[in-house]
Amino acid sequence: MNAALLVILFFLVLCIWLGLQARKGKEMTMEQWSVGGRGFGSVLMFFLLAGEMFTTYTFLGASGGTYRSGIPAALYAFNCFYFVIAYWLLPPIWKYAKKNNVISQSDLYEKKYNSQALGILVAIISVIAIIPYLVMQLKGLGIIVSQASYGSISPNMAIVVGVIAITIYVSASGMHGAAWTAIIKDILILAVVVFMGIYFPLHYYGGVQPMFEAINEAKNEFLIFPEQGLSISWFVSATIMTALAFYMFPHMLAGVFSAKSAKSLRLNAGVMPIYQIIIVFSLLIGFSAIIQVPDLNGADADLALFKMAKMSFDPWFVGVIGAAGAMAALIPSSLVLTATATILSKNIYKVWKPNTTDQQLTKLSRMLVPVIALVTLYFTFNGGDSIFTLYLMSYSFMVQLFPALFFSLWKRNPATVQGAFAGMIAGIIIVFYSTVTETSLATLFPSLPQEIKDIDLGLAVIIINIVVTLGVSAVTRKSVNRVEEEADISHIAR
Amino acid sequence: MKKLIFVLTTIPALGSLVVINRVEPYVLGLPFVLFWGICWVFLTSLFLIIANKFDDSKEEEEL
Repeated sequence: MNAALLVILFFLVLCIWLGLQARKGKEMTMEQWSVGGRGFGSVLMFFLLAGEMFTTYTFLGASGGTYRSGIPAALYAFNCFYFVIAYWLLPPIWKYAKKNNVISQSDLYEKKYNSQALGILVAIISVIAIIPYLVMQLKGLGIIVSQASYGSISPNMAIVVGVIAITIYVSASGMHGAAWTAIIKDILILAVVVFMGIYFPLHYYGGVQPMFEAINEAKNEFLIFPEQGLSISWFVSATIMTALAFYMFPHMLAGVFSAKSAKSLRLNAGVMPIYQIIIVFSLLIGFSAIIQVPDLNGADADLALFKMAKMSFDPWFVGVIGAAGAMAALIPSSLVLTATATILSKNIYKVWKPNTTDQQLTKLSRMLVPVIALVTLYFTFNGGDSIFTLYLMSYSFMVQLFPALFFSLWKRNPATVQGAFAGMIAGIIIVFYSTVTETSLATLFPSLPQEIKDIDLGLAVIIINIVVTLGVSAVTRKSVNRVEEEADISHIAR
Repeated sequence: MKKLIFVLTTIPALGSLVVINRVEPYVLGLPFVLFWGICWVFLTSLFLIIANKFDDSKEEEEL
């Protein structure tokens, strides 16, 4: 047992203790368990939604991506358009949810469109999209802990221990557990990432500018957007796509429903971009590794941060980094587990057995947590490398839910249930097909200008989705009107 | 108001990249395009907080 491992273990125990502590004095009804009784003010909201922002991606992905491709990945990592969208979209969604007692993302669609079938479709889409997301987090956790323990713990072992830990406190405390552990995690990540982001450029290059000058000398294509591939038009379209998809994830919306007021959500949207600045330090770590550890290829690029850390620090501090990274994987996973269990019990089981009481539902949701955890473990250990493809697919899947929700917020919703159904299904089929066959706009239309070929496929599919939604809606609305007219006429005739 | 915020943030932030895609001059030690990106993080925050000040009363009444 080395120093690094002891530190990680300490934080894991702290996490479980806090998670269990969070439920004190609260009777665990469905609303308490799944959306924290809708009582989270600005501060707790901030940590909860920010907790979702800082995952293993902040830690390994952003530094690894920067190491791999420089500026395009770096700028993409602190996309702040999430918040412009959030500012716009979340308050009306929150108000509607509060008024209509909505606690899950599929509830929202079910009530907006007055259709249980649509609720079920949304539930199925999000559960399918969420599993690869969880798997990615767990794989990240495995890498982090096994690296930080200097190989004395295998990735699989780390994953199993981590999953047991969150299963315990999530089934006990639900959303409350997730929120309180998020606070510790954020403080730890903040300290660790900011410190390394300042230390590495200073220690190895004598400053930030000398570092960038050295990189510019060695690899000058790394500090601007290239003409093709990860070009500006890729950046713009991918940024918009992820911003739209971001709040469609069931756990993100569950976080939104936990807010105390629309005001706390808007304030949150305003403050959050500044929080993103932390990611800049993670990018500096990635940049500093480009010259110091030049030989990482493929998936190994994600280890850039740990290679630098082990080269520079004592084991106990590597342990602190490991603990921060492990929590960065575990806390979002606990949110996701809570939201997924809620959807499965409320939007699928309850539709099937409508006379389930609220108490039974809470119990069922809590029992589903370990089941989902086991399914995820299965995919984590049997998934292979295609997981990354699945992860991209999960974002493109989720964004297909956007048009129906967006239209439902209009004063007069231009989309009908049938339209929403057709749009989502059309979008998902195209995403599925194009991911499996590795189609992109470039392979479909090789003669188009480069700017158009680089556009993110997810965004192109969204446009098709909108066209289908509105088209089918126009047709079905007409027939609905006709039925109503006929009903009127028959009424008059009588 | 909300549309205005969208126009004020998203369009210049994304649109300006075409012109701003360059390494020099370094600002605060950062390549210019990275510095520019970071600037927009602060500007987005600023715009949203200002908007929140003005939006406020009207929306809370609806509840």
